[in-house]
Amino acid sequence: MEDRACRRRRRAKTTTLTPETPPTFRPLGEIDAHTRRRKRRSQLFRYVLLVAMGLSLFPLVLILWTVVSNGIGAFGGEFLTQPEPPARREGGGYLNGIVGTLYMVGIATVLAVPLGVLAAVYLVEYGRGWFAGTVRFFTDVMTGVPSVFVGLFVYAALVRQFSFGTIMGAVGLAIMMLPIVVRSSEEMLKLVPEDQRAASAGLGARKWQTITKVVLPTAGPGIVTGSMLAVARAAGETAVLLLTALGSLQVVTAFSGVAQSSITLLIYQGAKQPFDPGKERAWAGAMLLMGIVFLLPFTARWITARRTR
Amino acid sequence: MATDTGQRPASAPSSLRSSGPSRYADPLFRAIAFTAGASVLVILGLMIGTTTRDALPVFEYQGLVSFFTSDEWRAGFSRTEFTGEYGAFSFIYGTVVTSLLAVAVALPLAIAVSLYINRLAPKRLKRPLAYTVELLAAIPSVVYGLWGLLFFAPTFIRPVMELLNRTLEPVPILGRLFAGPVFTTSYFTAGMVLAVMILPIITAITREVMAQVPRDQVDAAYGMGATDFEVMTKVIIRTSFPGIVGATMLGLGRALGETIAVAMLVGGSQRWGLSLFFGGDSMAGHIANTFQDAAPETVLALIAVGVGLFVITVIVNVLARLLVWRIGRVAGDAALRRRP
Repeated sequence: MEDRACRRRRRAKTTTLTPETPPTFRPLGEIDAHTRRRKRRSQLFRYVLLVAMGLSLFPLVLILWTVVSNGIGAFGGEFLTQPEPPARREGGGYLNGIVGTLYMVGIATVLAVPLGVLAAVYLVEYGRGWFAGTVRFFTDVMTGVPSVFVGLFVYAALVRQFSFGTIMGAVGLAIMMLPIVVRSSEEMLKLVPEDQRAASAGLGARKWQTITKVVLPTAGPGIVTGSMLAVARAAGETAVLLLTALGSLQVVTAFSGVAQSSITLLIYQGAKQPFDPGKERAWAGAMLLMGIVFLLPFTARWITARRTR
Repeated sequence: MATDTGQRPASAPSSLRSSGPSRYADPLFRAIAFTAGASVLVILGLMIGTTTRDALPVFEYQGLVSFFTSDEWRAGFSRTEFTGEYGAFSFIYGTVVTSLLAVAVALPLAIAVSLYINRLAPKRLKRPLAYTVELLAAIPSVVYGLWGLLFFAPTFIRPVMELLNRTLEPVPILGRLFAGPVFTTSYFTAGMVLAVMILPIITAITREVMAQVPRDQVDAAYGMGATDFEVMTKVIIRTSFPGIVGATMLGLGRALGETIAVAMLVGGSQRWGLSLFFGGDSMAGHIANTFQDAAPETVLALIAVGVGLFVITVIVNVLARLLVWRIGRVAGDAALRRRP
């Protein structure tokens, strides 16, 4: 009733304003051509988006499938326990690369994680004012520094004086890891409730005691997960190592002075050379590397979840 | 007020303060944390200082303008002096062309994917879809290089390049970009693989920014009778535009600096050509490809190329950070965003 009265009033108003053309009303349910076109365009757009979504999932599936189907043949016990033979020969494996990667990534983790976590502690617990802002900003910028530039820096600053080797590669990897560790640890520290810090201070703890005994243990699982992402990133790094570790055909256990190899360097060389056995090993190496990179964060989460339960 | 129970004499606050050596613990801890924080700046400063010091003689020898504009690169073999010719234009051109190609392909896809995940995907699929796309960021670049070189380029990109070459070469001016001969490893190949690599980075931030568009605005647009298409283009994309630009710049920065995958896919010819199907070279790729065989003077020249690359990527990155910061601090690294 209300509705109809309202409409009548409005119609009366319209007729007084434009008397020569009385309004005509479309029957309900009928749509004019313009609206129909808009609807059609919208529907078409939805299909376009669906296709784009499918297209974006395609590369991941394709990569996983090609790497596994090409790599499974050369993968196995021998692959993990034998060093790389000349590219033309069948068999053998990536032991030299596996040792190098574990060695360098291990040292890099020891260098980068404590430093990065401390830097994050500074940013969250002490950082006020322009200096902390500057550190924060340049940490973000540092995540975007090309890896080859980090390699050039380590080469120019250290390798030229000393020699290619394990420690040089590790320093390069640590520089790549540092900003990732700082950023992810910072996010985790920020999640620790302010109440906990206040409670700790209220019990008489000094600030450093609060940080080491309350804040860091609370944020611990998150920090470990974030650090594992950095470790995974370092394990997949090639360009830095090309300029600092150089590559080696033997298993190298020397800390410095002798060129070191890595899984990624072996893949790079295997892909570039023309012989099939070498290429097959490169695929198997890629499979191993992707296994490491994908599984590390999950295992880290699993371990920390069990420990905190 | 103070009801002294008489158990303890009221003490001045200063007497609560410890007088033992442990009173230095806090300032010491603070100093350690500060040093760690400052070390980030120190490392970045050292990086710039050391490399620039090495690059300066090259700029002096070749001339700064000539270094960036000449395409004559002839590596010298001397240990003590400069004898070669160091014009890096071919590499700069390759870096820029491959990165722009990558952005041109990845950006529309990233926007479409973000729109789909935000607006159209069934609720249960949103998270898995986003996670799957962002998983692309976790794949090491050498795996992209291997996959591109031995599988993707010969089986997928090569036919596409030949098709484009056949159909577009006769077009008057534009045709020069698609002129033959077609190389399997070319600007185009590197650009396409780069597009896959930066897709997750652009998508992660774009998706985040689009999710922050106020619900009221979207609802208001629907209330006015807007279609899905109109809401997406006129409300969501427009509101999140600065964030999308920032995300694109981050993706561009990553593409410019990408080394191993491009080194394997761009051609490594040390020359440049107008055609996208030309096997060219890029700054990072050239450094990676020739470093191991370079004589001391050429190493300095490569460091100079690295400095040029660093300057370009830092400018792009700083611009990106400033744009993304305005919307709230979103981590640029797509890998960082993978959280439970």
